[in-house]
Amino acid sequence: MDWIMDNRVELINIAYLIAAVCFIVGLKLLSSPATARRGNQIAALGMAIAVVATLFMPGMQNIWLILVGLVIGAVLATFPARSVKMTAMPQMVAIFNGMGGATAALVSLVEFQHRANVGRGEIVSIVLGLIIGSISFAGSMIAFGKLQELISGRAISYPNQRQVNAIIGVAVVALGILLVVLGQAGVSYLLIVVLFLTALVLGAAVVLPIGGADMPVVIAVLNSMTGVAAALTGFVLNNQALIIAGILVGASGAFLTLLMARAMNRSVSNVLFGAWGAAAVGAGSAAAGAAPELPMREATPEDAAVPLAYAEKVIIVPGYGLAVAQAQHAVRELAETLQDRGVNVRYAIHPVAGRMPGHMNVLLAEANVPYDELFEMEQINEDFANTDVAIVVGANDVTNPAARDDPGSPIYGMPILNVDQAKQVYVLKRGRGAGFAGIENMLFHDAKTAMLFGDAKESLSKLNSAVRDA
Amino acid sequence: MLAPIPGFLFFLMQVTTDSLQTTLSDNATVLLLTVYVLLLAIFLGFELIGRVPATLHTPLMSGTNAIHGIVVLGAMIILGSIEGSSLTDTVLKILAFIAVVLGSANVFGGFVVTDRMLEMFKRKPVARKSPGAGGQ
Repeated sequence: MDWIMDNRVELINIAYLIAAVCFIVGLKLLSSPATARRGNQIAALGMAIAVVATLFMPGMQNIWLILVGLVIGAVLATFPARSVKMTAMPQMVAIFNGMGGATAALVSLVEFQHRANVGRGEIVSIVLGLIIGSISFAGSMIAFGKLQELISGRAISYPNQRQVNAIIGVAVVALGILLVVLGQAGVSYLLIVVLFLTALVLGAAVVLPIGGADMPVVIAVLNSMTGVAAALTGFVLNNQALIIAGILVGASGAFLTLLMARAMNRSVSNVLFGAWGAAAVGAGSAAAGAAPELPMREATPEDAAVPLAYAEKVIIVPGYGLAVAQAQHAVRELAETLQDRGVNVRYAIHPVAGRMPGHMNVLLAEANVPYDELFEMEQINEDFANTDVAIVVGANDVTNPAARDDPGSPIYGMPILNVDQAKQVYVLKRGRGAGFAGIENMLFHDAKTAMLFGDAKESLSKLNSAVRDA
Repeated sequence: MLAPIPGFLFFLMQVTTDSLQTTLSDNATVLLLTVYVLLLAIFLGFELIGRVPATLHTPLMSGTNAIHGIVVLGAMIILGSIEGSSLTDTVLKILAFIAVVLGSANVFGGFVVTDRMLEMFKRKPVARKSPGAGGQ
C-alpha cells in the first residue's frame, strides 16, 4: 500500500498510457462495422481508467465535489442519450461536443485566474484553448438549435455579415495577442473574460449563416476543434493523457471532415464561409418570387400502387424527410409487402443522406432493414437505368439532376443518385417547397415523375395498403 | 496489429522525458519530445480512420466526440487544485465544478450515443426470409 502511495504519480502515468492505448485500439476497431461496438467500449474503458487514476493525483482537493460533478454530468447526459430517438442523434453529438468545448474553455479560464506565475508558453496554450473551446461550444449550440429546428435551418444572413464576422474574428485575435503580451497583469483577469465572451459570439456568428444541410460538416469541424482545445489544456496542465487523446481526436476529426466534405464534393472552406449558402438562398427566393411555378404531376397512393406491385425492380431512395417523419419502419413494411409479391427491392443510400453520413444506415438498421438491401451510391447508381420504379422518400438535393447536368447550378458537381434514369419515379414529399439548399429540383417536374405530397409515414402506409389491394 | 507500437513509443518517450528532465532540466528537450508525441498522435489520428466506410462516419464522429471528453480530467485537476474559500476562489470553484459536470456529460453522453448507434449495426441473426431473392 505504501509502495502504491509512494509511486502514485508513476502509476497514474501508466494508467494514462493504458488509456491512450485503449483510445487508439478503440478508434481502430471503430473503423470497421463488425468491431465498431467493441471499439467504442474499449475507448470507454480507457476513459474510465483515466478518470479514476486522476482522482488519486497527489494533493487533490474537493474530491467529493468532483465526484458529485461527475455523477451529475453522467446522469444529465445518459438519460437523454438513451431515450432520444435515432433521428435526433446528430443534434445529440452536437450538444455533447459543445459541452466538451465549454469544459476546455472553462478549464483555461479558471487556470489563468487561479494559478500564479503562469509561463508565457502556457498563456499561449490557455488563450488558444479558451478561444477554440468557446467557438466549439457556441458553434455546437447553434448547430444543435438548427438541427432541432429551434432556429431556422436556413442560412441566416444579414447585410455586411462577412465584415461583421471578420471584425469579431480580428477582435478575438487581438485580445488573444494582447493577453499573451500582458501576461497575468491586473487588467488581464478582466480581459480574458472579455475574450471568452467575444469568442463565444464568434462561434455563434460563424455557424449561423451556414445552412442546416451542411451541419454534419460543421459538427465534424467543431468536434475536431474540441479535440485540439482538450490537447491545449493538456499542455497547460502538463497532462499527457489530455494531449494524446485530444490530438488524436483533432487529427482524426480533421480527416473525417475532409472525407465528409469530399462526399458532398465541397471544400471545407466553402462550407464554413458560406459563399454557397448565401448565394443559393438569394437565388432560391428570387426564383420563387419571379418564375412561375413549374408543373408537378400529383398522384394518389392508388395510382402509384399498381406500377409498384407489378414492377420487377424497385429502388427506394431515403432522405432526410424519412428521418423527420420517423418513417423508417413504414418504409420497411412497404418493402416487405413488395418483396412478398416477388419484387426485388433495394435501398440506394447517398453518402450524405439524412443529416450525417451513415445516419440513414443507422435509421434503417433500427427498423430491421437487412444490411444487404442497403447499397451505397457507387454500387447502385448504374442500376437505376434498368429499374422499373424508384421511390424517393423525403430526399431532394441528392437526386437533383442539375448537380450532374447544369454547370450553372450551385450544387453542380455534387455526386447524385441517378434517380431520373429510372423508368418511373414517385416522390414522397412533405410539401412543394425547395430542398435545404433552396434549389429547384427538375426531377420533380419530369414527365415520368409523380408526387405524393404529405407526411412520409402516412404516405408510405397508404401506399402499403394500396399495394396490398392491387 | 500496429496499434500498440505508438503507445509503446509514447511510453519510451515519457521515460526519456523524465530522465532528461532530471539530468538536463533542459526545456528545449522536453519541448522537442512533446512535439514528437504531437506529431505521432497527429499521424496516428489520420492513419487510424483512413479507410472508414461512409456508413461509419457518424458513429466514428460520435466516438471521437466521446474521446475528447478526456478534457474532463483537466476540469477535475483544476477543481482539485482550488483550496481557498475567498469570494474569487468560490467563483472559480463553481466554474470548475460546472466544467466537471459538462465534461462528464460529454464523456457519458458521447459513449452512450455511440453505443446506441452501433447497437444497430449488429447483423440480424435471422435474415428475414431470403433477402435479395425477390426478382424472379
